[in-house]
Amino acid sequence: MIKAENEFEMVIPALSENESFARQCVSAFLAGLDPTVGELADLRTAVSEAVTNCVVHAYRGRKDGKIYIGVRCYEGRKVVIRIKDQGCGMSDPEKCRMPLYTTDTSGERGGMGFAIMESFTDRMKVKTEVGKGTTVTLIKRLS
Amino acid sequence: MENAKVQSEYCNNILCFRLSGEIDHHSAPVVREQMDRDIYFFRPKNVIMVLDGVGFMDSSGLGLILGRYTKIRDLQGTLKIEDPTPEIEKILKLAGVDKLIPVVKTGKAVK
Repeated sequence: MIKAENEFEMVIPALSENESFARQCVSAFLAGLDPTVGELADLRTAVSEAVTNCVVHAYRGRKDGKIYIGVRCYEGRKVVIRIKDQGCGMSDPEKCRMPLYTTDTSGERGGMGFAIMESFTDRMKVKTEVGKGTTVTLIKRLS
Repeated sequence: MENAKVQSEYCNNILCFRLSGEIDHHSAPVVREQMDRDIYFFRPKNVIMVLDGVGFMDSSGLGLILGRYTKIRDLQGTLKIEDPTPEIEKILKLAGVDKLIPVVKTGKAVK
């Protein structure tokens, strides 16, 4: 296994007010790698989407859920961000990844979360099991 | 983090929303409430959302824009987006919002 050059982990309760805290922590940590403004903005947005999914979908507003966030930096400026929950999981992850797909009926959510994560990183991996939770891995190589 | 805020101005049947701060799932409901209240109160012909002061926006912001777009359209009004930052423009394009709602750069963006 390749050893990370630098890493950090955090566990936060699945509260909506922690969405900005989570993306700011990841952003502050990655700033040490001197990314471009655009790269940092992309990753901040992707993390925000993943954490919001945990709050809104995985735990469905349950406040006792925990979100694990891990960031690892590897040789060659490769950044791997893992966002893990122990929420409800997805029975059809492929469907959830489709742009504009949403379980929301209020018309206030665009169903663009996964599409943004996918397009703002080099690679996105989703591991999910109904009743066990979901792990989203975001991978991006910085210039 | 600077909380999401919205300043509303109404003049000559144009309702202008000047948004600022960070728009995410947590902060969107507050600005949404104010915007909806003003939309239903003024029932304007034209609505402008000025986004140059928005420091961060994710898909919750897209939902905010699209939700207001539907309401404004139902009231026979039009919506225009002005001066998105490059980061926000990228998200608008990815979601195809720019094909639905005109996005204009006025060049008078004041931070």
